[in-house]
Amino acid sequence: MKNRRVASVLPPVLVGIIGLALWEGAVTVFEIKEFLLPKPSSIWARLIEEWGVLRHATWETGKIAISGLLIGILLGVLLALITNRFKVLNDGLTPFAIAINATPIVALAPIFNVWFGLTGTFSNQAVVIAVVFFPVFINTAKGLNEVHPNEIELMHSYASGDWTILREVRIPNALPFFANSLRLAAPLSVIAAIVAEYFGGPQDRIGNVITSSAGFAKYDVAWAAIAMASGLGLLLFGSALVTERLSMPWRISGDIKDN
Amino acid sequence: MRENSENLEEAVSIRAADKVFNPDSDNEVQALLGIDLDIKEGDFISLIGPSGCGKSTLLRLIADLLVPTAGEVKVFGKTANQARLDQDYGMVFQHSGLFDWRDVSANIELPLELKGWSKADRQARSKEMLELVRLEEFKDHYPRQLSGGMQQRVSIARALSFEPRLLLMDEPFGALDEMTREHMQVELLRIWRETGTTVVFVTHSIPEAAFLSSKVVVLSPRPGRIHSEITVDLGDRTDQTREDPEFFQATTEVREALRAVEAG
Repeated sequence: MKNRRVASVLPPVLVGIIGLALWEGAVTVFEIKEFLLPKPSSIWARLIEEWGVLRHATWETGKIAISGLLIGILLGVLLALITNRFKVLNDGLTPFAIAINATPIVALAPIFNVWFGLTGTFSNQAVVIAVVFFPVFINTAKGLNEVHPNEIELMHSYASGDWTILREVRIPNALPFFANSLRLAAPLSVIAAIVAEYFGGPQDRIGNVITSSAGFAKYDVAWAAIAMASGLGLLLFGSALVTERLSMPWRISGDIKDN
Repeated sequence: MRENSENLEEAVSIRAADKVFNPDSDNEVQALLGIDLDIKEGDFISLIGPSGCGKSTLLRLIADLLVPTAGEVKVFGKTANQARLDQDYGMVFQHSGLFDWRDVSANIELPLELKGWSKADRQARSKEMLELVRLEEFKDHYPRQLSGGMQQRVSIARALSFEPRLLLMDEPFGALDEMTREHMQVELLRIWRETGTTVVFVTHSIPEAAFLSSKVVVLSPRPGRIHSEITVDLGDRTDQTREDPEFFQATTEVREALRAVEAG
């Protein structure tokens, strides 16, 4: 077990280290200008130097991304449960949700500023909520619906009602679908929060650090801020994976038995 | 052992049952027409026929998962609906219908949980059932970790966990390979003998019907009607029975009935 885990972690770590080394080497050997592509070592140095600003900016963006993510999840799951209860709603809403989900929702950020105001963070949060809501709703609704007919018949044979079927079959059946939507939504929430920042709201967040540093030709700081934003995205993606593992122990597949 | 079944109570009694799907529409289908069938307690009945003959529909009428358009279905002297509410039968499908998120014991205990049994009682019963289907050492495994044959054994254990007097099986071994299938047939007969449960078994396999059943009910398609009922008496069956002339005789009889059905 332990060896297998090491074996699965080792290749990406090695590729990462080799990639960074090649980057560093290429910038040095080909004398690439720092403003085009700084070396990883100078980005790292800047990250340490500007840690106070970057930490604060990442935290502010993180708050919006995480709160928007949680609210979006809550609303998506709630609506999925409601539409599952009422078939008409499900048939009417799902095609629209799928269509809206296919559009670039972040493009709505300037509109949201008009609707919800430029000063607070709510219009930014609303972009995150909208971006998270649709994949969570669509996937969870699908998981609640796509139950094998035999499983429903089985529950009817136990004289079970709709609530018991929801609790015992539909919700657990929807968990993997929900988890897939989380893997999508978690990094999306960070992207949405940063893009929304470009259009308005308080100016002390990671997206603003990226734009203003780039504007003042401090590209290494901009890259350090990008590294922080990536870290935030990875952190949320990682939390989604951990949640998935913990909530579905049966998915950690063991060996298949013969006979 | 079961020769005296004539004296026992009626497990299932169907009178003049029709089933029409989508009545009064363009897709109206007459699935079953004028079905009369009596199943004695302790019998092992197979329903066999070409695809579209309504054998699974007939099983679902007994289970009250479908309601007949006309006629009457009685299970242990009650309406099929009452029998379902009283959980007088257990059901096994081709798709095992085991829940991925419950381990083997928890799957077997599901119907007991729904009936409000205490944890201790449930555990005791699931242990007994695992012994019955010989899967004691797999109680903590998840269904995905089991082979198709083992999954079906768990499914049978679950269906019998609350000791129903009737077991309804819808092509339970249809997805298994031939060797596993024959092994499961022998196992099922052993379980049937040990529990004394009445079995109604839907299949499209001629040797399976002949090997398992005390009576094979042959259905004709569109609309589904009972073509004939063939009584089989192979006594105590083992894998050796498959090479006996009596078994060959029984399969031939079922095959000829099916050919007559196909000829129309």
